Amino acid sequence: MNPPSEPIRLLAFLIGLIIFAALNAAYLVWLERKVAGHVQRRIGPKEVGPFGLLQPLVDGIKLMTKQILVPDHIDPILFRIAPPLLLIPAVMSFVTIPFSETLVARDINLGLLMIFAFASINVLGILLGGWGSNNKYAVIAAARGVSQNVAYEIPMLITVITMVMITHTLNLNEIVRQQAGGIFNWYIFRWSANPLMLVSFLIFFTCSMAETNRAPFDLGEAESELVAGYHTEYSGMGFGLFFMGEYANIVIGCSLATLLFLGGWQCPFGLWPGVHWFLIKLYLLIFTVILIRWTFPRTTIYGLLNLSWKILIPFALFNLILTGAMLKIWPLIFP
Amino acid sequence: MSVLAQCDSKETFVLNLGPQHPATHGVLRVKLTMDGEYIRQAEPVLGYIHRMHEKMGENRTWAQFMPNTGRLDYLSALSYNHGYVLAVERSAAIEVPERAEYIRVITVELNRISSHLVWFGAFILDLGGFTPLLYAFDDREIILDLLQAVTGSRLTYCYFRFGGVYNDIEPDFITGTLAFIKRLRARMPMYHNLVTKNIILVKRLKDIGFVPAEMCRKYGATGPVLRGAGVAYDVRRAEPYSVYPELDFDIPTHPEGDSMARYLVRMDEIEQSMRIIEQACTKLPNGPVMAEKAPKIIKPAKGDYYAAVEAARGSFGVRLVSDGTNTPYRLKLRSPSYSNLSLFGEASRGMLLPDALALMGSLDLVIPEIDR
Repeated sequence: MNPPSEPIRLLAFLIGLIIFAALNAAYLVWLERKVAGHVQRRIGPKEVGPFGLLQPLVDGIKLMTKQILVPDHIDPILFRIAPPLLLIPAVMSFVTIPFSETLVARDINLGLLMIFAFASINVLGILLGGWGSNNKYAVIAAARGVSQNVAYEIPMLITVITMVMITHTLNLNEIVRQQAGGIFNWYIFRWSANPLMLVSFLIFFTCSMAETNRAPFDLGEAESELVAGYHTEYSGMGFGLFFMGEYANIVIGCSLATLLFLGGWQCPFGLWPGVHWFLIKLYLLIFTVILIRWTFPRTTIYGLLNLSWKILIPFALFNLILTGAMLKIWPLIFP
Repeated sequence: MSVLAQCDSKETFVLNLGPQHPATHGVLRVKLTMDGEYIRQAEPVLGYIHRMHEKMGENRTWAQFMPNTGRLDYLSALSYNHGYVLAVERSAAIEVPERAEYIRVITVELNRISSHLVWFGAFILDLGGFTPLLYAFDDREIILDLLQAVTGSRLTYCYFRFGGVYNDIEPDFITGTLAFIKRLRARMPMYHNLVTKNIILVKRLKDIGFVPAEMCRKYGATGPVLRGAGVAYDVRRAEPYSVYPELDFDIPTHPEGDSMARYLVRMDEIEQSMRIIEQACTKLPNGPVMAEKAPKIIKPAKGDYYAAVEAARGSFGVRLVSDGTNTPYRLKLRSPSYSNLSLFGEASRGMLLPDALALMGSLDLVIPEIDR
């Protein structure tokens, strides 16, 4: 059988990716509530379906049938444009994620760059949502969200530049291909490229958590301070889209960490590479993110900015210089 | 656009924190004049849950006011019961049997632990940590079960009577209480390891939210707020009542005066309350739990009477003015949260919003007791 023609293939992938993103958003909420339950000596959702598995479906129906309250004196365009602006870039980013060597919607050479281009758009969703809803709490949250995203994009991008210097490519599939042959070829353990690879991973992971507004960095929606932050005035599916955007962003962040550092679809012991390894690593990272949320209290906005500007950025810069030096010096010692 | 339009020339804006806001734990409203995220001025606005308890006291007999006291501070209702019965017993010169005094101490201290546990959970919740609340409630549940077996209710107790307590305790209560203390002792290190030593928590509480002793004196703040400023003032020691003089316990103080100091004082108080309960359980004498000669209808002699107890939040005082009839002429309640809240305006000036809310959480406010 011939491979399907390009337009059909793309359509199938787009539908598949949207379903993947939606299922993830729905079932990560379920996972979140289950993990939270077990962390807190409860059982979490259990009434709807076996193990509460139909809970996301019911929640979705509830959100969709709810009246969308639009408060007075809002900016009608910005208020309505904000939720899709947060969700769509996140879903678009999936296009370049290689789930396995062949299972990738668009294997483009600038995949990594494209994801970061889209990631910088989603902060607009937070800004406009907060700005447009004529609520002081929302404006404070929007200001926080922007300063937080700007502060954390810098160390994250510096780390990514470090990775690009090592891998010589922006193609995600190529980066994964370079990590073939067992766990010690993963970039997280590639000491020869840079002895501080583990630090790079930690910086990247911390930053991706801050980028996605996850606890302990969820200052944009700090409910004990700012009620519900930038989505205070949103109800029904407006809130639902923000929610889905948040989870799609978590998946993207963890996917990138998996692809760059944990070998993507490569197997830890060099056998049967494939989509299953990618998913296992991805969900282990997501599980860690969820566990962190239910373990730690929230930081403050200045603590968060201090962490970025005083610790993460200097470390990331040092890492960058070290990597550059290693790249030049290593070939001299071992020609 | 709209928010900018509301700013005046000094670039400040007014933020209404409450009356419905997750951090105020009730219907407290704080009018904040903000400069960005900095607080220029904070003005607590009270009265959203005012129920005229003091006026109600003037319209009912001495005994009929008893249930009202449990509805002031719903988290440590027994301390408020205690303060009121103490004042009335002083005014009517009623002797309380020793067994009743010990039962009062045991139940009040249990109630204090449960109150501090709720505060512990809710405070960390204010800081964004969800999980400790559920663990604290897990422990508190046992206290509620124990107290329910004795008093008949789980939250708004009305257990004490003029001259004793409503009914005697069962031996099961003592064994259950001691078993609970053993359990909580084992769990306190867990709380300290997982919460007190958490680096994010330490960064949010240490050296932030200063309430020095001088400010406490100015506003009449008592309880853990005062002890967190290094002043070892505790009504149980300063104006001894009941059988506290016979019991051995320390007054935990931390001199730093920051939010962390108030946190640590309350955590230490849980340990001290456990010590008190253990001693009271071993010393518990036999005998009646109600004074033989307690009159059915109380008519205190004309005069002015005052009694204070150490409630979970500070010094709770009851001032009674009797004109010799079967209803009080005037009943004035001095509630600790009211004084503790009044210093918030001064203490929070110039603070960032999240830090100010951490400060407010560390004051451990119960709104129905402020508004009465």
